[in-house]
Amino acid sequence: MLRFLVRRFLGAVVILFLLSIVTFVLFFGMPRDPGLLMCGKTCNPTSLANIHHVLGLDKPITTQYWIFLKNLVVGSNGFAQGPCPAPCFGYSYHTNDQVWATLIDRLPTTVSLTLGGAFFFLLIGLGTGLLAAWKRGTLIDKTATAGAMVLSSMQIYFLGPLALALLVYQTHIFDKPAYNDFTANPVTWFTGLIIPWVVLSTIFAAQYTRMARSAMIEQLQEEHVRTAKAKGMSRRYVFFRYAWRGSLIPIVTIFGIDLGALLGGAIITEYTFSLPGLGQLAVQAVFFSDLPLLLGVMIFSATMILLFNIIVDACYAFIDPRVRLA
Amino acid sequence: MTTLTKEAGVPSPADAGALLSVRDLYVSFKTEDGIVRAVDGLSFDVQRGKTLGIVGESGSGKSVTNLTILGLHNPMFTTVEGEILLDGQELTTAREPDLEKIRGNKAAMIFQDPLTALSPYYTVGRQIAEPYMKHMGASKRTAWDRAVEMLGKVGIPNPKERAKDYPHQFSGGMRQRAMIAMALVCDPDLLIADEPTTALDVTVQAQILDLLKELQQEFGSGIVFITHDLGVIADMADDIMVMYAGGAVEYGTTNEVLRSPQHPYTWGLLNSMPRLDSDLSAPLAPIPGTPPSLLNPPSGCRFHPRCTFQDRVGGARCVNERPLLAPDRSSACHLTADQKRTIFIEEIKPRLG
Repeated sequence: MLRFLVRRFLGAVVILFLLSIVTFVLFFGMPRDPGLLMCGKTCNPTSLANIHHVLGLDKPITTQYWIFLKNLVVGSNGFAQGPCPAPCFGYSYHTNDQVWATLIDRLPTTVSLTLGGAFFFLLIGLGTGLLAAWKRGTLIDKTATAGAMVLSSMQIYFLGPLALALLVYQTHIFDKPAYNDFTANPVTWFTGLIIPWVVLSTIFAAQYTRMARSAMIEQLQEEHVRTAKAKGMSRRYVFFRYAWRGSLIPIVTIFGIDLGALLGGAIITEYTFSLPGLGQLAVQAVFFSDLPLLLGVMIFSATMILLFNIIVDACYAFIDPRVRLA
Repeated sequence: MTTLTKEAGVPSPADAGALLSVRDLYVSFKTEDGIVRAVDGLSFDVQRGKTLGIVGESGSGKSVTNLTILGLHNPMFTTVEGEILLDGQELTTAREPDLEKIRGNKAAMIFQDPLTALSPYYTVGRQIAEPYMKHMGASKRTAWDRAVEMLGKVGIPNPKERAKDYPHQFSGGMRQRAMIAMALVCDPDLLIADEPTTALDVTVQAQILDLLKELQQEFGSGIVFITHDLGVIADMADDIMVMYAGGAVEYGTTNEVLRSPQHPYTWGLLNSMPRLDSDLSAPLAPIPGTPPSLLNPPSGCRFHPRCTFQDRVGGARCVNERPLLAPDRSSACHLTADQKRTIFIEEIKPRLG
């Protein structure tokens, strides 16, 4: 297990390293000059060159990359805005805020959105999927399957504004979505996020319903499940102990990927509900050609995805005794 | 001796004294292509302590018959007609909770491939202990001890430790032993073994067969042994039923069926079996043609499209009229008893060597 973790974490570091190189190269390949965006109306070649110099953009790309890596590992005091302890992604071109501090600041919103959403979509999605598999071929199954099909072709930017219009602006049943600190007031935290959670989970739940149903139906046809039935185990026991256990692998796999991706920022959901999470930050970074912020968000998101990949692989060993981690 | 009734017409009533008595069983599946008649009027009995061997090609309805006995078919697509009496209790109309009490308890099954038939997720010990807890109301502890005891009984060395292993840590032969331990843990009256040795190599196969015979002596169970291997059946069975296209074509004691087979299909099976003591240069004679589709089975005798003897019957009887299986020693073929005897002695036996 330890060997597995060490090996996988080293692999993840290599991937992050490559990813940062790719981001760097692509950024300088963009037909946009971040200096020009900051230069303003009275821009002349001298002031532009001055901005380039301050941002370090006049140095060769390899030097810039080296400085980026060095700052990341040991931090830096070379920024005009102030000290930047490791992990230092520098200061945002656009807001002049320290990137790492901004990420940490936005993180609770994204984590709250992700965990709440995941709770709902797992509960609703898996519950419906299991019910459909249990009642296979009945009206309940057909309704669930058709409903999942419709919902999985929905989009957040359609359902989101619809929910806002109906539940907030017209009927005032819910508060306008907002992120309120959980530690300050759990109730407002909950009421502020309930609509984003439900909208987010509706779309994900449909996918989990279909997956759980098909995985269960496949497992129920496995020979070892038939053996359990032939031993006289009850339908419920066979369903939840034998078929469910086998269905866990695909479900955990997808869940890990989704969770990692969402923790990197649910861009559309955050935009639809104006929630200040990592997704918004990513869009902002691209919009303003904000290299330090862009690298920060990219590397943070990628870390989440890689981390959950490792967690999923480790989970396999607990689910399936045939899997050996090495 | 067991009795076998006619395939069609008025069957003799079910034998209440038999452990298992199947009468006029019809099983059909609804598929997208139409209705598959997998079992088409089958009747047989199994007595306590005796073994009935069921032989036939793939798709002849052997396995379906036995899944149906325990109600393991999918009720959504399957229609079952006829009678299945286990120790006097009717199973075709039994409710699911009643069937659950019988499965693994009064009647247990051993499946063909022990790797796929055992769950990879639970220890061997747990899988053996489960039915014991369910049927005997035993505690976890007692059931585990029983599982260890059973593993020892089926010849697993160091059963105490091995019970904690998962199936993938067992070899093929050991897995089948574990499977047998699981089937016998509640001391069943009836054991249905569906090709239990097909997935094993020959030496292990012999060990498993010996084990089954030993355990039958000890427990006194009736066994239904399904196989396509005539060599195995000669070793195991007291009676043999040969199945073709969902029906029985020949039935008798093992001696009768193997020493003086009466049905052209049985002859074909014997002919296509290699023997060490026969002339090695003589080619095996496979049965011509392929097994019929059960979606649209041949008219008359199901075997007639592949039968090389139908001209001896005369007329179009083989095509138009389905031959019936008479009670006791019999074969479902229009040839006369004399013809069957002469053909076997003069034409078939010399080739068998």
